This record gives sequence, structure tokens and C-alpha cells, in this order.
Amino acid sequence: MPETEAPAVARAPTGVLTEQQIEAARIISERALWLRDVGPTAPREDGPPPADDDSVALKTEELVLNMGPQHPSTHGVLRLLLRIEGEVVKDLVPDLGFLHSSFEKVFENRNFQQGIAYTDRMDYLAAMTNNECYCRSAERLMGVEVPPRGDYLRCIASEMGRIASHLVWVGTFGLDVGALSAFLYCFREREFILNLFEALCGARLTYNYMRVGGVAFDLPEGWSEQCLQFLDYFLDRLHELDELLTGNEILLRRTEGIGTIGGEDAINWGLSGPMLRGSGVDYDVRRSDPYGIYPELEFDVITEAGGDVLSRFFVRMREMRESVKIVRQCLAKLPDMPDEPIVGKVGKVIRAKKGEAYSHIESPRGDLGCYMIGNNSDRPYRAKWRAPSFNNLQVIPEIARGYLIADLVATLGSVDIVLGEVDR
Amino acid sequence: MHPHLLESFMNLVGLGGPSTSIGLYESVRSLIAAFLIFSFIMTAVLFLILGLRKFLGFLQSRLGPNRVGGPLGLGQTMMDALKLLTKEDIVPAMSDHLVFNLAPVLVFVPAFMVYVVIPWTATGSPKDLDVGIIYIAAVTSIQVIGIVMAGWSANNKYSQLGAFRSAGQMISYEVPMVLALVAPVIAAGTFSLQGIVRAQLSTQWYILVTPIAFIVYMVAGLAETNLTPFDLVEAESELIAGFTTEYSGMKFALFYLAEFAGNFTVGAIGTTLFLGGWSMPFGIPGGWPWFIIKSSIIVLGLFWVRGTLPRVRVDQLMDLGWKFLIPAALFQLLVIALYVAVGWPYWAVFIINVVVLIVVLALGGMLGLLPSRDDHVRDIRTEQRRKRALI
Repeated sequence: MPETEAPAVARAPTGVLTEQQIEAARIISERALWLRDVGPTAPREDGPPPADDDSVALKTEELVLNMGPQHPSTHGVLRLLLRIEGEVVKDLVPDLGFLHSSFEKVFENRNFQQGIAYTDRMDYLAAMTNNECYCRSAERLMGVEVPPRGDYLRCIASEMGRIASHLVWVGTFGLDVGALSAFLYCFREREFILNLFEALCGARLTYNYMRVGGVAFDLPEGWSEQCLQFLDYFLDRLHELDELLTGNEILLRRTEGIGTIGGEDAINWGLSGPMLRGSGVDYDVRRSDPYGIYPELEFDVITEAGGDVLSRFFVRMREMRESVKIVRQCLAKLPDMPDEPIVGKVGKVIRAKKGEAYSHIESPRGDLGCYMIGNNSDRPYRAKWRAPSFNNLQVIPEIARGYLIADLVATLGSVDIVLGEVDR
Repeated sequence: MHPHLLESFMNLVGLGGPSTSIGLYESVRSLIAAFLIFSFIMTAVLFLILGLRKFLGFLQSRLGPNRVGGPLGLGQTMMDALKLLTKEDIVPAMSDHLVFNLAPVLVFVPAFMVYVVIPWTATGSPKDLDVGIIYIAAVTSIQVIGIVMAGWSANNKYSQLGAFRSAGQMISYEVPMVLALVAPVIAAGTFSLQGIVRAQLSTQWYILVTPIAFIVYMVAGLAETNLTPFDLVEAESELIAGFTTEYSGMKFALFYLAEFAGNFTVGAIGTTLFLGGWSMPFGIPGGWPWFIIKSSIIVLGLFWVRGTLPRVRVDQLMDLGWKFLIPAALFQLLVIALYVAVGWPYWAVFIINVVVLIVVLALGGMLGLLPSRDDHVRDIRTEQRRKRALI
């Protein structure tokens, strides 16, 4: 082979990546190349029957379409390689990593206090739950107890964050299926939550509100009343959203029976959150492995049996109502403990002993987990995240294959990915 | 403003009344008329775009354009046009340059050619053709060629998909649209738009005798102008910008203007055929302000639908067109033929129409002719469902 010929697969410089990473990159590239090379005559068990050479049928060709990373409905910088025939998606490969920010490596070099600020940037639509997951892992690692008032404040913040995150989801899902107005309504409602958060912790997107052992700030004066006022208002608005979207015949026809996955398959694929509950599996970390004050609260775990896009839509819409219930209960309990501390007993310099801890919570996207190793220092030796978006995304080729492009967009929307969390 | 101002002006430049000789005078007069109408439409489109953006903003609980050109944002569209004019005109290197440059023209020109036959006032029709309806159907169907050319020449897969969708959609919806246009023609006994308006002046608005045709026309009009429930051609979340993906600068603006002119065309033709055009009942003096008011109401209705509904899927679009709109329009023709032949009073015909519509809907539902949930990919889905029995 002459030296000038380029290798088939471009290799990254070996000094930067590990062997496994290079291997993974090679597999992805080869899969992509295979997608491009495979022609209409290549035999595949789920492909179309091979064309009869003598037939005078219209010659058709499969098309490889590069969807993303700058495509408006990939919710960030996901790239999907599609093999389409007409409008039907024959096969697809998701290609990740465009937003990779080495968060897990950064955690190793920041102390526990600094690390919390980085969790905000991972799932930037639900920063509160990310805060909480990191803090709970660190607390379990150090054996720190959170005082009840701190737990209640965490719960309020997380559930409000869940509402905000689901609102963004409903809006962008509306955009995915072509309904423009719902998006703006959702963002109008979310604005109120962001105002409340701003009053609580001074930030509107990256809150950095929780601390190891509790939360940073108590509620400002009048916050509870404003929050209750918002919840009343919000239920009305939710009803409006229902009228606009849920009762819409076009939306029902667009989503029912699309992207179907059964409960058993959903478990086997490692799905969690609304994806799993939309397939009829009654699993919610808040109920199945309760943390904080969730055992004391009354709320329903929403499940829908359909397993399709519509079921996931219903699950999220109803979960917002459950979150409203939870926040109301928490706000009602808070006056019973007026002067209790909001942060537990931690040292001036937060140090972790040698050991490891894993804790997981229910983020708006699903089962969010953080595995942490302590090394007798003020920073984690290792922090590994189990991101629900990432696990949920892997099922996309399975559930979108064979449907139309428009269905793929709706299905991808229904998974509710945040690329910051997928790529980390 | 005096309602007859435009009329007098038209008469002044020799537009009103029947023309007798074709010569230099006639040619100059036609040029002036073309210039006048074109400038009027362009100005109208500028403010129509602003008004519709404001209306859409109102629907979506936001302000809409309000910064450029005074407190109401009056200069917004002009500044947008100026910006598009001064932008770099990008032509993709691998595109078919001739076709790529020709396509915007083929979309833009027919959109304005329609206005030749629109009867603004009793005498203010630029050219009252005896085959007005046929002319409209012919001219508007040229646009699809331009769109397919745009999608094909850009050498972009998204453009191509958008163009093919557009071809399917426009051809499918041309049929019910023309069928719906034929109903008032049968009732009036003439293809001339001015004649149809006069026939309505002497009887009643045709929305009362051909309500099904009006509904079919509005739905088909939404599809022909690519507004939201049927905006598959430029579905942002699926195809980025469809056939206009690779266009920029003034060429993009031509598509954009043609689209808005198309919206107003739907309103204008709907007004002429179904809402009595410039005429008003009960002895109210007619005139061009009525025409514009009625057309604007129709366009606002289109935008209301656009702001409310999600987008249908390709197969559902075809189902709706072929399985519901075309049969409904055909039934309408039957009813209107009876109306002309027997000569019942219009309220009786209206009731018959409503009954027919209900029967069509019920029959369609019973026989499964209405758009079904999963027709196109039903086999794949049932197989998948079988594979994954739910827990």
C-alpha cells in the first residue's frame, strides 16, 4: 500500500485518548461508514425485499441524511445519521459528544463546594435536582445528616425545578409537532418559577442553591405566599395547556402509537423517568427508593400503559400536577419549624473519608445517580454520573425505526434529552 | 377616505369601463395599471406582514414587532426588506445556478399575477377576464414548479424533501380547491369574478348556498399557502426550512413575500366568491374598503388557525385531501346543481348543505374514509405492537 493513501478511519492522537475511547470512536465511525455504504440491494432482514432485476418498477434509492448537530429539533447538538427511503426512516445511528465538557474529570479537581456549581451546567434545565444528587452523594460519603428544614427546602426547590423542566419539555415538544403558541405559553409560566428562584438564590438558570448538608439560603420573606399564589395560577394555566394540546385531535393522531416500547423492553433498555412510566412500569425513585422527606409526602406515581409518545406526554402533564401537590404540602409544613437550621453539621473544610457512595434521585428526566469515591481529601477522587437522558437516548434507533421522519422528530422530542447531561 | 376614490382614480388612468381598442394607448394603460396594482399589493403586503406578526404576537401573549419605525414598529417590515436586500446573496457552489436563480421568480411572479383579475370595486378590476377562475387556478399552480425547482437545484437533501412534499401537497389540494371554486361558478353561471360578485349582489352571498365549498376552500387554502396545520413543506422541526433552506438575501425575501401575498390571495378570492366581494347587502354602499376588510378577516382566521394547531403528518395530509375534502366538494357540486336546476330558496339549500355535510362526516367516519390514525405505516406498527406486548 503506498504511503500517501489515507487510512480508512481517521484516528485521534493517541496521547489524549485511552485505547478504549479510540476503539469506541472507531466503532462509531465504522457504523457511520456502514450506513453510508450500504446500498438498497444489501440484504437486511428488516429491510425492503431485494428488487427484481427484470421488473420495470420505478428505481428508488435510499438516502443517508445527516440530521444535526445544527438541526432545530435535535434539542441541542445531537447528530443523527438517518438512512431514509422516501420519508420512512429505515435505520439511524445517534452520534454524541458535541457538547462533551469533561464534567466528571473537573469534579476530581474541584472541592465539594466548588463541584456543586458544575452540576448546574450538566442538566441545565433542572439544575436543582443535579445539585441535590451531588449533595446527597457527598453527604452519604461523609455521613452528614440534613436537618428537616433543609430537606423541605430542597424538596420545594427540586419540585419547582421539575415543573419548570417539564414546562420546557411541553413547549419544545409542541414545537416538534408544529404547535408554536404552546411554546410561548410554557415559557411565560416558567418565567414565574425563574423569578421565584431568583428571589431564592439569586440565579435564574444555574442556581448553585444546595450545599453539602443542606441548602444555602432560607426562604426570603413573602416567598411562600408568592409561591402558593403561583401554584393556583399555574393550575389554571395547565388547564389551558390541556385545552390547547391534550384535547387536540391532530396532536393525538400525531402521537398515538408512535415510538412504542413495552414495559419489559423499557426495563431491559435501562430507561427511567417518564419514558419508563409511560410504558406502564411503576418506578419512581421518590417512591421506590425514597430520599429526603418524600416518604412523608402524599403524591401519586403517574403511569400510562400506552408506551407511546402520547403516554409520555400524559405522564409529564400529570406529573406537573403532582409536583404542585408536593410543593403545597412542603409549604404547609414549613411554618412548624421556623428557626431550625437549614444546613447540617459539616466541618469548615469539607473533607471526605476514604470510601465510596452512590445515591440516586428522581430528576425530571429520570433516575439520576452520582457515584463518588472519597480519598481523605477535600475533593472527590472520582465522581461518575448516571445520566437518565443518556440511557433514554440509546433506545431511539429501536423505537424510531420504520416510522416517518415526522414521527422520529416527535419520538426524539418525547425522550426529553438534554445534551449537556448526555455528553457531560 | 372616500370609498370611490380608487374607482375614480382607476377611471382617470383609463382602467374603468370596457376597453375597445388595442394600441399604444392600451399598452401604456396596462403598464400603468400593472405598476399601480403591484405597488399597492407590495405596500399592502408590507403592512399585512406587520399586522399579522402583531396578531400572532397577541395570540402568543407577546408584543410582536414594536421597536423599529416608531412606537408601533411600523417600519419593521421595510427594515427587514432593506436588510435582506443588503445581505450577501449566497449561491451554493454545487447547486444548479440557473435553476436556483430562476426558482424564486417562478414563485414570486404568479403570486402577483393572480391580482390581475381580483375585482376590488365595481369597476376596479384590472382586467376582468371571462375565464377568471380558470386563470386563477392555472396561475397559482405554476408556483409548485418554482418550489420543486428551488428544492431540486439547491443540492440539499432537506430542500429536496421539502420540494417533494410540496409537489405532493400542492397537487393534492389543487383538486379540492378547484372543485370548491367551481361551486360559486355554477351558482352564478359565469367564470368572471366580477360577474360572480354581481350575481351575489342580486341574490345573496354564496357562503349561504355553498357553505361546504367555503369550508373546503379554506382548508385547501391553508394547505396551498403552507400555513401551520399543513406547513409540511417548510416544517421547521423536520426539514429546517424546507425548499428555502439554501436561500438568503433578496431571493429568500421573494419567497417570503410570495407566501404572504398568497395568504392575501386566499382571502381575496374567498371574499369574491363567497362573501360578496366589494358588495354589501341591505343597501349598504359597497366599495373597496369592504373588500379589504372582508379579505383581512379571512386572513386573520387563517393566522388564528396557524397559531393554534399542531402540524399534521404527510400521510394524514393526503388522507384529509383525498378522502374527505374531495368527496365533500363533489357533494357540494351536486347540491348546488340541484339549487340551480330546481330553484329552491337559499335557506332551504343551506339546510340541505348542512345535512349533506353531516352525512358526509358520519359516512366517512363509519366507512373509515376519514383520515385514520395509522394508515401509511400501519403494517410496521402492528408488527411492532405484536412484538412488544405491553406489561
